[in-house]
Amino acid sequence: MKVLMLGWELPPHNSGGLGVACYQLCKALSKKGVGIEFVVPYTADHGDIDFMNIRAAHPQGITAILKSGIAYDSYKYVYEDGHEEWFNMYDQQAAYEAAVGQLIPLMEFDVIHAHDWLTFRAGLRAKHLSNKPLILHVHSIESDRAAKEGGGNPLVREIEGLSLLMADRIIAVSKLTKQAIIREYNIPADKIDVVHNSLDLEMIEPLALDSTHAYLKAMRAHGYRVVVSIGRLTIQKGLTNLLYSAKAVIDKAPKTLFLIVGSGEQYNELIELAADLKISRNVIITGFQRGARWRDSFDVGDLFVMPSISEPFGLTPLEAAGYGTPSLISKQSGVAEVFKNCLKVDFWDINEMANQITAVVTNDILKDELQKNAMIEYDNLSWHPAADRLLEWYRIHSNEEIEVAQV
Amino acid sequence: MKAIVLYLHVHQPYRVRHYTIFDAGKHHDYFDAPLEAPESNEAVIRKVSEKSYLPTNKVLLELLDKHPEFKLSLSITGTIIEQLEEWAPEVLESFKALTETGRVEIVAETYHHSLAFFYSRNEFERQVELHNHKIQQLFGQTPKVFRNTELAYNNDLAVWADKAGYRGILAEGWDPIIGWRSPNFVYRPAHTDNIRLLMKNYKLSDDVAFRFSNQSWEEWPLHADKFAHWLSEAGDASNFNLFMDYETFGEHQWSDTGIFEFLRHLPIEWLRDEDHTFMTVSEVIDANEPVDYIDMPDTVTWADTERDLTAWLGNKMQHEASDALYSLESAVFSSQDPVLVADWRKLTTSDHFYYMCTKWFSDGDVHAYFSPYDTPYEAFINFMNTWHDLRYRLVQKGIEV
Repeated sequence: MKVLMLGWELPPHNSGGLGVACYQLCKALSKKGVGIEFVVPYTADHGDIDFMNIRAAHPQGITAILKSGIAYDSYKYVYEDGHEEWFNMYDQQAAYEAAVGQLIPLMEFDVIHAHDWLTFRAGLRAKHLSNKPLILHVHSIESDRAAKEGGGNPLVREIEGLSLLMADRIIAVSKLTKQAIIREYNIPADKIDVVHNSLDLEMIEPLALDSTHAYLKAMRAHGYRVVVSIGRLTIQKGLTNLLYSAKAVIDKAPKTLFLIVGSGEQYNELIELAADLKISRNVIITGFQRGARWRDSFDVGDLFVMPSISEPFGLTPLEAAGYGTPSLISKQSGVAEVFKNCLKVDFWDINEMANQITAVVTNDILKDELQKNAMIEYDNLSWHPAADRLLEWYRIHSNEEIEVAQV
Repeated sequence: MKAIVLYLHVHQPYRVRHYTIFDAGKHHDYFDAPLEAPESNEAVIRKVSEKSYLPTNKVLLELLDKHPEFKLSLSITGTIIEQLEEWAPEVLESFKALTETGRVEIVAETYHHSLAFFYSRNEFERQVELHNHKIQQLFGQTPKVFRNTELAYNNDLAVWADKAGYRGILAEGWDPIIGWRSPNFVYRPAHTDNIRLLMKNYKLSDDVAFRFSNQSWEEWPLHADKFAHWLSEAGDASNFNLFMDYETFGEHQWSDTGIFEFLRHLPIEWLRDEDHTFMTVSEVIDANEPVDYIDMPDTVTWADTERDLTAWLGNKMQHEASDALYSLESAVFSSQDPVLVADWRKLTTSDHFYYMCTKWFSDGDVHAYFSPYDTPYEAFINFMNTWHDLRYRLVQKGIEV
């Protein structure tokens, strides 16, 4: 089985969970003997990845496409004559479509598997040129990112709606996402299959002995408790509600610190809100972190909170479990469908969020019990069931292709 | 004579409403959930009355009228009696109608369905006495046979019950204890003289209580004639102890499974043989000499595959919640505030600790079914928030805790 995989990013050049999910899924598929051509829209070295062939999609006349670290930023195109040009997201996905079109005759594959809207038009082009079945994998849709039903950029919605209609099969990362696809685009339910994300435990890097959070470690030793949230600072992530809850928690349990790790358009707003609520001394906003600082942020927490308004899946609570930190997650998340041993709350229920956070920071027994049982779930995580499911869809759709040809 | 000893356990706890740390110190209405909430006690009482208590009592009364040999034993906790008095007095009347036949025996237990025996012998005895008093007042009977909450039993309990003057005590007929022996006889507990032990035949009991509607069970569908035939073929036996939750009829097994038909026909099928009868727990003890003694140094219950206390006291949250609750005992009584005492006692009910059970991966489905909370952690948070409020109320009265 050979698959043309169209993706937007791969680690270490990723800005968030999409790249990680694609990478780990492909690794599990390759272990099952699937050959993968993975086409990314930028120029970069993925030298460590040996289980699939990675190509950059360059339109004619372009020698390099350079991306910055953050999602949804512009891309710098370097032309053969040396001049440079910035492309916005929309133009970039259109350029990717054209470039993928040029690559099609150079590649052999049985199925096309495309991840999220940025690659969907490229997927349609590939299907048109190759007559191979198209599977669209939805990690999030526009209304999730806008945190509003019916919301988001109409140009993006147009691409999503049209592509989902024309796809042979749609994979959604959660029941929540499946419902959103049906609600937003009227796609028949039986065309959408839910395949939950997982976590490749081999990918989890161990903690260094010396934590990068010296201050928070010291405060914990003085009886403080740390509540941590890690993610992009966008409206989708629901962090303003977390700050309102934090206010109520700190009133009850003053020795509680909140660590917010991430960057995004709400960065300044959240800092101001914390000041308005007079909790700035207890709220630490660090900006985007990678590597040891990112891992240590999970580790230093007594509780990890994912208060998302809309989270199609949401891997971070499972990562937190791996670092021994229990979680409070919003019920409006895909991961809530699979993760049992955690606290769950409606994202809008600020009072209940505060109630549950207060319970954890004032009761180590609750924390320990959550952590212990979450670790058992964590140890059983694997991408293999997801890979098996996808392989089944690859077989079904590539066989259909043959039957049609015989008629 | 071979007797079916049918014993049904009637109980509902006072579930704690969604109670946050921000309620603590402000509201003390722990048990007053809105009607639409899953933890609404009134809604549960109304639902279970309609589905189980009323139709089952109707069938039982018919059977008592029709078959002079038909008899059964019941235990009914104080916490459900209070709730029936408030929201479904007609159910209580229907229980009285059963006992007025003179062929329904009430079994003793703790008023609050608590595990106080393992925490506070004083409170345990007070709750048993409260229950005894309530039963006398309502049904005009003095219970002679004792059962502890969740059939939690060990040698110490038997010795206590013997000294307290009970003629019998009930326990789970768990294989590692019984060994080669059969639960279908009367036994004597180790280290006792007068009291007798009746052990639940869990295989036959669970055929009705758990497997009855299971369509993948090889014996499904189970009809009364088949069941009566199994008992007839069981060989040497004096008594078949069928112990189960009363709510088996109509609640755990819904009416459409045929459970009421089964109950209706069981006496007809069983009494076809002249050597067959029904007995209450006291009668079977009077009619039979013990065949052996049973030694149970460790506590055995009727729950889960382990048959121990771990469904209530298995994890740290459950221990913490219980320890915290009983640590307030002397302070609560020194307050001499009857409302405070009543609230504290309602929290001793074992169900609160059952909801905190995290044994989800082996037999969690059963726990999830019975819990009004989404997770055991929520149950714990809720319970501890009420505990904080109890402590607040004590401190407000100037009592050191």
